[in-house]
Amino acid sequence: MTLTAFLILLVLAVTGYVMNRRAASALTADGTRLHSLTHFHGLYALLTVLVPVFVLICLFLILETPIINAMVMAGLPDGALDGLDTGGQQLVLAEIRSISRGRVFGTPEDWKLAAADRLVALYGWFDILLIVTVIALSLAILLFTRRRVAAEFRARQASEKIVTGLMVACSLIAILTTIGIVFALVFEAWRFFQMVPLTDFLFGANWEPQIPIREDQIAAEGAFGWLPVILGTIVISFVALFIATPIGLLSAIYLNEFAPHRIRAIVKPVLEILAGVPTVVYGFFAILVVAPALRGAGAELGVPISPNTALAAGGVMGIMLIPFISSFADDALTAVPRSLRDGSLALGATRGETMLKVLFPAAIPGIVGGVLLAVSRAIGETMIVVMAAGLMAKLTINPLDSVTTVTVQIVTLLIGDTAFDNPKTLAAFALGLMLFIITLGINVLALRIVRKYREIYD
Amino acid sequence: MNDMRRTEPTVTENTTKMQARKVQVYYGDNHAIKDVDVDIADKTVTAFIGPSGCGKSTFLRCLNRMNDTIDIARIEGDIRLDGEDIYDPKVDPVQLRAKVGMVFQKPNPFPKSIFDNVAYGPRIHGLARNKAELDVIVEKSLRRAALWDEVKDRLDAAGTSLSGGQQQRLCIARAVATNPEVLLMDEPCSALDPIATAQVEELIDDLRSRFSVVIVTHSMQQAARVSQKTAFFHLGELVEYDDTSNIFTNPKDSRTESYVTGRIG
Ligand SMILES: Nc1ncnc2c1ncn2[C@@H]1O[C@H](COP(=O)(O)OP(=O)(O)OP(=O)(O)O)[C@@H](O)[C@H]1O
Ligand SMILES: [Mg+2]
Repeated sequence: MTLTAFLILLVLAVTGYVMNRRAASALTADGTRLHSLTHFHGLYALLTVLVPVFVLICLFLILETPIINAMVMAGLPDGALDGLDTGGQQLVLAEIRSISRGRVFGTPEDWKLAAADRLVALYGWFDILLIVTVIALSLAILLFTRRRVAAEFRARQASEKIVTGLMVACSLIAILTTIGIVFALVFEAWRFFQMVPLTDFLFGANWEPQIPIREDQIAAEGAFGWLPVILGTIVISFVALFIATPIGLLSAIYLNEFAPHRIRAIVKPVLEILAGVPTVVYGFFAILVVAPALRGAGAELGVPISPNTALAAGGVMGIMLIPFISSFADDALTAVPRSLRDGSLALGATRGETMLKVLFPAAIPGIVGGVLLAVSRAIGETMIVVMAAGLMAKLTINPLDSVTTVTVQIVTLLIGDTAFDNPKTLAAFALGLMLFIITLGINVLALRIVRKYREIYD
Repeated sequence: MNDMRRTEPTVTENTTKMQARKVQVYYGDNHAIKDVDVDIADKTVTAFIGPSGCGKSTFLRCLNRMNDTIDIARIEGDIRLDGEDIYDPKVDPVQLRAKVGMVFQKPNPFPKSIFDNVAYGPRIHGLARNKAELDVIVEKSLRRAALWDEVKDRLDAAGTSLSGGQQQRLCIARAVATNPEVLLMDEPCSALDPIATAQVEELIDDLRSRFSVVIVTHSMQQAARVSQKTAFFHLGELVEYDDTSNIFTNPKDSRTESYVTGRIG
């Protein structure tokens, strides 16, 4: 039914376009000069019909079910809901709804059957209401816009205003969602910090996020010191960047300045494919290939290596980041004006000297920006570490040890049955908030550096 | 003023610095330079003139193999520096460019300090044994480019912070600092005001005592003022090459005449 409504709206809007355009053309027949081109008169009608009615249909879709539910519940016979809490009422409603869809379990009371019938009838009425409203409103607006067609009517400005409004609305949605997410994060984290003191969280060296399941359980108090967790993140990110930065930079330098065209034509797409591999596949790679290989090598050398090492997770993450850094550095190098390169070459510098002394220094801000963005990706990366890093929080910087990361802990805290009123689950929000603050800081820094460097050459 | 260097078809070997024979340049399918023969005399300023797009810059870039950096460019023919074929596989373009310097149309200072810009060439070629010598080279080069007085108190400032005309003189100083034997200048004054232009022209005249200068210019007056020899290019061909005075007062080709008198171009 909704589809029909949308179709009707579309047809009417297009009709409006055609009608107004025709009307505007007709005006020009006797030589009148229009303020706006006929196309804009049509567009004005189209947009004026489309936008409000579209919003109306969406609102209707959002509100339809809650309103009908409320009406059905209100219409139940007296006493039917007596003694039921909200959960119980929800159950009754769910049963009524499933009866209305023809799925009847056991023998429901008569009043439930009646309610189900009313539910179906209400949906029917609402559909009719929707269609009628859409048609009536669209026609009314059509009539209104048709009457505005005149030589001096500023249809272009009017339609541009509507389009601008649409764009503003879309950006508002994006911004508001972000603000909403941050707000939720801060709010839940704040609840956590009421149960666990901020200082314990920030400076505690123990991370054992257990909580007593029964009141009388002994192992009661968990420990929520995030230091070992963030240290794990740092170790893994460090390993990743230690691998990704030199390889990424050198490959970018090679591709940008030294590689013959044929090689560049092959390697660049390969790097892009590497960038497109889902992180879960990297995760496989880490646990199935890298970790066993490391353990094998360790056994050979007589070094005990745990199955989940920071080295394996970080190393694979590093491979994931290579194309990221490489393409950033490549862009930064390409952005250095060709005239600088020519200037250096014309002074008798070799390509290597030119790269080392002119191109690379000139590209450094862009490259640093790229590396910083890679850092924040490494810190926020989840899938690889969930698969390949450990779960136990350990205060260590040994990459051959098993460490856990902030993202892994967030995932494990929220997996399974969770109630959002104990420190164990709320701790996830605190961790998330810290992660958010860190990556935000790094991104802001990186973007500032990148922007600064754009200013130099633009 | 340079009557002793009048172009006769047989230029004596020792005064010819660079010699180009049957040079062709192709950009892909575009035949940009056709059959150009030129002798660049030593200790002389040679001007290349001609309408836009006729191939002056292209030919200039052949002389220090800067066309090698353009992938689609292909060069045929024979160009010699002191009798040595510069396109010979044995010749290292890097060493060639140290001998044949170049100043570009658009100032292109490196994003480094003024000092480091000028010191760039001497450093990579090891022309100075120590900091004191380097200081001397930098000062001398900046003086020759008529820039020293303006920047002597801020040698640490970024080269890019100078004005356009100052940047161009910085680029000239940078090119001069490597002690080239031939200096190629592609419209070096197009970004300069009349005063700076006059300074650069003076500099060019001064440079002539030490090496040969090839300058591309759109200004007839400039060509007449600074050069002893002038080559007129048209549609990729070298139409006429002669003493500057002959080109401007007594051209042999009608195309040259219409160009220098302002009828084509
Ligand atoms: N990098 C390049 N790639 C392809 N074609 C080029 C390139 N540079 C020059 N050309 C072509 O070669 C021809 C000569 O160009 P060139 O730059 O040498 O002219 P010019 O005489 O220096 O002109 P102007 O006085 O405007 O600087 C032109 O047709 C131009 O399109
Ligand atoms: Mg040119």
